Amino acid sequence: MKTSMVELQHITKSYDGQMILDDLNLDIFENSFVTLLGPSGCGKTTTLRIIGGFEAPDKGKVLIEGRDITSVPAYKRPLNTVFQKYALFTHMNIEENIAFGLKIKNKSRQYIKDKIAYALKLVNLEGYEKRMPDSLSGGQQQRIAIARAIVNEPKVLLLDEPLGALDLKLRQDMQYELIRMKKELGITFVYVTHDQEEALTMSDHIVVMNQGYIQQQGSPETIYNEPENAFVADFIGDSNIMGATFIQDELVEIFGKRFACVDKGFGVNKPVDVVIRPEDVDLLPEGEGTLDGVVTHLIFKGVHYEMEVQAGGFEWLVHSTDLFPVGSKVSIHVDPFDIQIMNKPASEDEEALGVHE
Amino acid sequence: MNKSAFHKKLLAGPYLVWMIGFTVIPLLLIAWYGFTARDGSFTLENVTAIRTPEHLKALGLSLALSLTCTGVCLLLAYPLAMILKGSGLGKKGFIVFIFILPMWMNFLLRTYAWLNLLDDGGILFQICKRLGLPTVSLVGTNTAIVLGMVYNYLPFMVLPLYNVLVKIDENVINAARDLGANSFQVFYKVILPLSFPGIVSGITMVFVPSLTTFAISDLLGARKILLIGNIIEQEFSTANNWHLGSGLSLVLMVFILISMAALSHYDKNGEGTSF
Amino acid sequence: MKKLKSLFSGLYLTLTFIFLYLPILTLIVFSFNDGKGSRWKGFSLRWYEDLFESRVIMDALSNTLIIALAAALIATVIGTLTCIGINSLKGAPKAVYMALNNIPLLNSDLVTGLSLMLVFITIGWKFGYSTILAAHITFNIPYVILSVMPKLRQTGKAPYEAAIDLGATPVKAFMKIVFPELVPGILSGFLLAFTMSLDDFIITYFTRGAGINTLSTLIYSEVRKGIKPTMNALSTLMFISVLVLLVIVNLRPSGKKEKN
Repeated sequence: MKTSMVELQHITKSYDGQMILDDLNLDIFENSFVTLLGPSGCGKTTTLRIIGGFEAPDKGKVLIEGRDITSVPAYKRPLNTVFQKYALFTHMNIEENIAFGLKIKNKSRQYIKDKIAYALKLVNLEGYEKRMPDSLSGGQQQRIAIARAIVNEPKVLLLDEPLGALDLKLRQDMQYELIRMKKELGITFVYVTHDQEEALTMSDHIVVMNQGYIQQQGSPETIYNEPENAFVADFIGDSNIMGATFIQDELVEIFGKRFACVDKGFGVNKPVDVVIRPEDVDLLPEGEGTLDGVVTHLIFKGVHYEMEVQAGGFEWLVHSTDLFPVGSKVSIHVDPFDIQIMNKPASEDEEALGVHE
Repeated sequence: MNKSAFHKKLLAGPYLVWMIGFTVIPLLLIAWYGFTARDGSFTLENVTAIRTPEHLKALGLSLALSLTCTGVCLLLAYPLAMILKGSGLGKKGFIVFIFILPMWMNFLLRTYAWLNLLDDGGILFQICKRLGLPTVSLVGTNTAIVLGMVYNYLPFMVLPLYNVLVKIDENVINAARDLGANSFQVFYKVILPLSFPGIVSGITMVFVPSLTTFAISDLLGARKILLIGNIIEQEFSTANNWHLGSGLSLVLMVFILISMAALSHYDKNGEGTSF
Repeated sequence: MKKLKSLFSGLYLTLTFIFLYLPILTLIVFSFNDGKGSRWKGFSLRWYEDLFESRVIMDALSNTLIIALAAALIATVIGTLTCIGINSLKGAPKAVYMALNNIPLLNSDLVTGLSLMLVFITIGWKFGYSTILAAHITFNIPYVILSVMPKLRQTGKAPYEAAIDLGATPVKAFMKIVFPELVPGILSGFLLAFTMSLDDFIITYFTRGAGINTLSTLIYSEVRKGIKPTMNALSTLMFISVLVLLVIVNLRPSGKKEKN
């Protein structure tokens, strides 16, 4: 039932001999909200620009609804972009900005007028037709940039870190706005960000990228709860990542102590990486858990306390609503289903590749 | 995209051809004339001719007057640029306007106007006489030439200085004050170093034309004073010895290059362009 | 203390303006003098009458204006197109290009003028209008580039790409989006070039042919005999007309709110 909207096949791109994307394959389904997530320089923006037609891939194909558009210039592609710093036309008022694409397509005056009214309503900026872009706040400019793109009824809306320039509160408001607009418009969104929280909040599907490779893709829940490698685990949320030994199915040894887990099939006595989220580390009074340690730092974070516990020669990050003062002796317990086992990458390069076969 | 990027690069082509034809080749031609004799054989004589007493004297005087002019311009322009920065006249257009406007009165005529003011029986002469002050005619003196240079080139010092000074973030100055610097220290340690690019481009734009002028010295020097510019001009226009004129021009260019090199140390980004 | 400072500032500004404009004021005043030289002989318009009857001055004036206008126009077109070209260059080629562009700015007018003269003689280009024009274009283009380049850099790639994204062809995107942003830079480059051309003496002096005069060269040749106040009259008219023009332009209520 899921039909492919955008397909990237074997995309390779390098600049000045530096590989940005290497044999990238990606399927983006119709009417989904897909986020390309990764640190700067991971290739996510380049991927978006290749879809938009602003960069040509060295090798590979870009397909939209099954049609090869690799050699179609940007201005003929059925998709629109919301740019990082809005890129509004500062010498035109809001109305002229929004009408720009429609005028080029020679739409009738009435059509354009209706579309502007509709778009401004959608982004909650009715009555701003005659204002100039630089008289608007950052958040408002961002909304206009979205309005300018969506009046052209693109099949896919590309968003390149659109909230990056906004402050925290506004960013959160805009996240909900974007989800709402997405629902109302019923089109495919491809969103680029380095902010994992933004990605988790808004997306149906997250594509985690690093050094030009896709590390993992899946639903926000999967990405958060079942990271496939240390990079993903480290990049998405806070986590304790440590080396361990996989003793046998459903048993792992961490810092000399054996923990029950739910994973199978990692072999016998094999070195692995283990991820445990800070909120999944349970602190018990000394001796009652599996691994004993001492609380070394304590910060009140509002919803919970953030503590650091020195145990087994490792600084464990712990989130808990229970308070253990600095210096108190505690014992660490982790429920089996909260322990995520990953294969150890053999080298840095392999880590980048996300090899885990 | 790649195709249109290539097309855009092509737009730089015509001017490249123009520059080669009208900037690079002309300079090579000067070098060629400078290093050859009339019969076309290679010689260093045209360049070493700078060592004759007459030429050395002119070059020395040119250097002295242009350095004086540059120094005076800098001393006059810096406070002026600071005042303009602090004043409500901050609208850039207005300030450029004030300093560019005189250029619409012909350069030679403006300079000639100083003759009217300074000459024996000129306006300043008459005013001094009426006030019972001692009267002197400055025309034909080095002072008059420096005055003419400063008058003509002062705007080229003020504008770059003003442009860098207005760009200095007020908070940087406040931060220096906050950290305990007094007014003098704020100026010496913060404002002055930040304005170096403007100083460098101002110095360049004043020093080069004043070192090579022949018109100002012609007019205000009453043709009694010969600068190196006058000598080169005469080699070309009256003495008709292009080889010698080119050779002396090369020497002059060396002096300009040396001063540029010395200054470029302070303007690492080359951002100090003026307008 | 503060009062003293502002008093000093005011005084300093006033003295500077007197220094800059006193010679111009005397030129203007003496254009109305009923006599030659620096002694006031009473008010008269005789130099203005002479001016309009003088073929030589009128020819020089039209030469000056035509050359300045043509040179500034051509330089503005070439300079603007070149900026777009330079902007798409990168690294070493760009640096070399900019260095070449700076040569006429750093080279003295004397050397620029002389070297161009040598080239024209060498290739046998007949001295006249065309040589002056070529020389003026040569020294004007760098000023245009220096005025337009910052605007182009400031505009950036994003608005251009946004226009492409909304369906504009590259040419249309440039004309509708990038060009309007460059207009102030292009205008100031043009004005600067025009002013430099108008005021130039040295380069014109070396590249003009016999029989062709611009105002500068005409004045220079008159210096030896003593400049007649007709020149003052002409300059006064030019100065006043520019002043009026610029004041009108600056005072005109601008349609858009300017924001820096």
